[in-house]
Amino acid sequence: MGGILASMIDGLLVGSVYGLAAMGLSLIWGVMDVINLTHGSMIALGMFGMYMLFAAFSTNAYILLLPVIVGGLVLGVIVYWMSVHWVVGRPPLMSLLSTFAVNMMVIGIGTIIWSTSPYNVNFSLPGITVGAYTFTGNHIAAAISAVVVALALELFLFRTRTGKAIRAVAQNRDAAELMGISSTAVLATAFGIGIALAATSGALVSTLFPFTILSGGVYELKSFVVTVLAGLGKPLGALVAGVLLGLLEGLVSPFIAVSWVPLIEFGLFVVVLVFFPRGIFARANA
Amino acid sequence: MKRIGVCFFAILFFFSLTAQAQTITVGFTVSKTGALNVDSTEQYNGFELWRDQVNAKGGIKAGGKSYRIKFASYDDESQAKRVQQLYSRLILEDKADYLFSPYSSGLTTTASIVSEQYGKVMLTTGAADEKTYRQGNKYLFQMFAPATQYLETAIDLLKSKDPKATIAFVYEDHSFSVAVATPAKPYAEQQGFKVVFSEAYPPNTTDFSAILDKVTSSKATVLLGGGHYADGSTLARQLFARKAKMNMVTVLVAPDSPKWTELGDAAVGICVPSQWEPQVSVKPQFGPTVAEFNKAYTAKYNMEPSYESAGGYAAGLVLQYAIEKAGSLDSEKVAGVLNGLDATTFYGRTKFATDSKEHGLQLGHSMVIAQWQKKGGKLTKEVVWPLANKSSNLVYPMQ
Repeated sequence: MGGILASMIDGLLVGSVYGLAAMGLSLIWGVMDVINLTHGSMIALGMFGMYMLFAAFSTNAYILLLPVIVGGLVLGVIVYWMSVHWVVGRPPLMSLLSTFAVNMMVIGIGTIIWSTSPYNVNFSLPGITVGAYTFTGNHIAAAISAVVVALALELFLFRTRTGKAIRAVAQNRDAAELMGISSTAVLATAFGIGIALAATSGALVSTLFPFTILSGGVYELKSFVVTVLAGLGKPLGALVAGVLLGLLEGLVSPFIAVSWVPLIEFGLFVVVLVFFPRGIFARANA
Repeated sequence: MKRIGVCFFAILFFFSLTAQAQTITVGFTVSKTGALNVDSTEQYNGFELWRDQVNAKGGIKAGGKSYRIKFASYDDESQAKRVQQLYSRLILEDKADYLFSPYSSGLTTTASIVSEQYGKVMLTTGAADEKTYRQGNKYLFQMFAPATQYLETAIDLLKSKDPKATIAFVYEDHSFSVAVATPAKPYAEQQGFKVVFSEAYPPNTTDFSAILDKVTSSKATVLLGGGHYADGSTLARQLFARKAKMNMVTVLVAPDSPKWTELGDAAVGICVPSQWEPQVSVKPQFGPTVAEFNKAYTAKYNMEPSYESAGGYAAGLVLQYAIEKAGSLDSEKVAGVLNGLDATTFYGRTKFATDSKEHGLQLGHSMVIAQWQKKGGKLTKEVVWPLANKSSNLVYPMQ
């Protein structure tokens, strides 16, 4: 019983990081109808951003999240102008191809710079031991950081003028423009925030596990599962769904081989797509 | 003028042919990218050192001629599908005379299909899975001791220290580690141990939380397993971070890398089954001594050689011996010498099976167990088993 509980707590902690990663994907989809395939590579850049910052400053890794967020935001706006602005409002395949191309470029350049050898951020916080089980300080700090960033985003979207403008553009772009909102600036900002969230989640993952430039792919896939669970375009729902996914992983892991966990996850993905195409929170909202 | 031009090109063509004839091309792939990057690069360093030393001494001498060694190699990205394409390319386009295997059993199995198809001698290193040598191959020769030896050696060590230990097997779901762990489990039970947990994890696993929770719940006192560098180093880090109370942890492959010291305190106490360690002294019949190899390698790469590096160098050395002994570049003649080989080099004894059922399987080489220990605040890798070769006593329990 202790093992199951420990596994669930581990799942819960890592699930909040999945949720944060998915929030970025969900926000971009919700605001501009773009499925952002740079998501995985931006998560990986967040990992390397943290790695380089930690190598340079050797301070508490979680303080270094702030420059990662800012860097992610700037990078996101650049990527928006490079590859997304020109395809917003055009057939979905255009944005898929465009963001996929950027993704491949980032991975290619990243492979040249860092190869595909594993890297680690050698920072650890003291953990909490309960009986025979220890929950690492990094897992706890990463989960808290993810929730704090997610709540800050929610406050930003609901309490600030820019946040309200993003929501307005997400609901009805034409009407928002008629109200004097510059949709281009809003879209660029929203994309920047989405990438900042992806980079932040990558930075958090880098404090937990080793990573390579290809590591973002795993979290990108999980982000898709979480986004579908939550319903496309529901950032806070994505956080909750991420936590639920982590919890599910933790719950099933003691009973089956870990190799089978992805099968359960993607099975769930298909079930939700078939029976709850608008996400598991859609009915509650209705 | 026209005649002079024709003569000039004829002479140039003649010399280019002569130059080509005095080169031996050895083809192989390296995992410059992907999950096998660390181990594969170390193996490549061994190849490279051998080539440079041989060329510096004038090349391989056979049939009254000297042949310089030329490498043809590509990045296989740690992927079998790349290996299949690239070994065909190495043979057909680069005209490789001989082949070295890629790193890892999985990739080597794929490469061996191509090498056998074209009748090319391939020395395998970093490819321990016996299954590859039981496919009716004729030109495949294994430098590593077979996979079964890895954990069986560790179990023998454990029996000498703590026959009542309870064992958890946690290993990568990869052809090599499965080939190691599958026979090790019944072997452990035969030796009187209780195997309380066993599970394979997918390659590229980075989060071991769920598996380690299960290991803790199983109340195992010893953990045996791992796979390659990326997953093995992560497993050790997370065991340490989660304060897993283990008396002994033996991880395959990864702890043999000089990069292991980057783990800091998480590296301490971890054992590794090793194909070669510099502390084990042997009298070589040909090639460098252990000390000479160690010195040359350290001088060139500014790091200690791992057993992958030693295996890479030894593969070159054995190939060179076979060509020189055959006095010819003919694959059949070289394979014939390899079939009859029973020799000791700095790397240890090398003898290949000639039985058609398992042709090329390594019969002569044996493994040791090394443990990372902290001495005077510095991490050192010590040979702890077999006792005849030990450089230090096993620290047990490890914490």
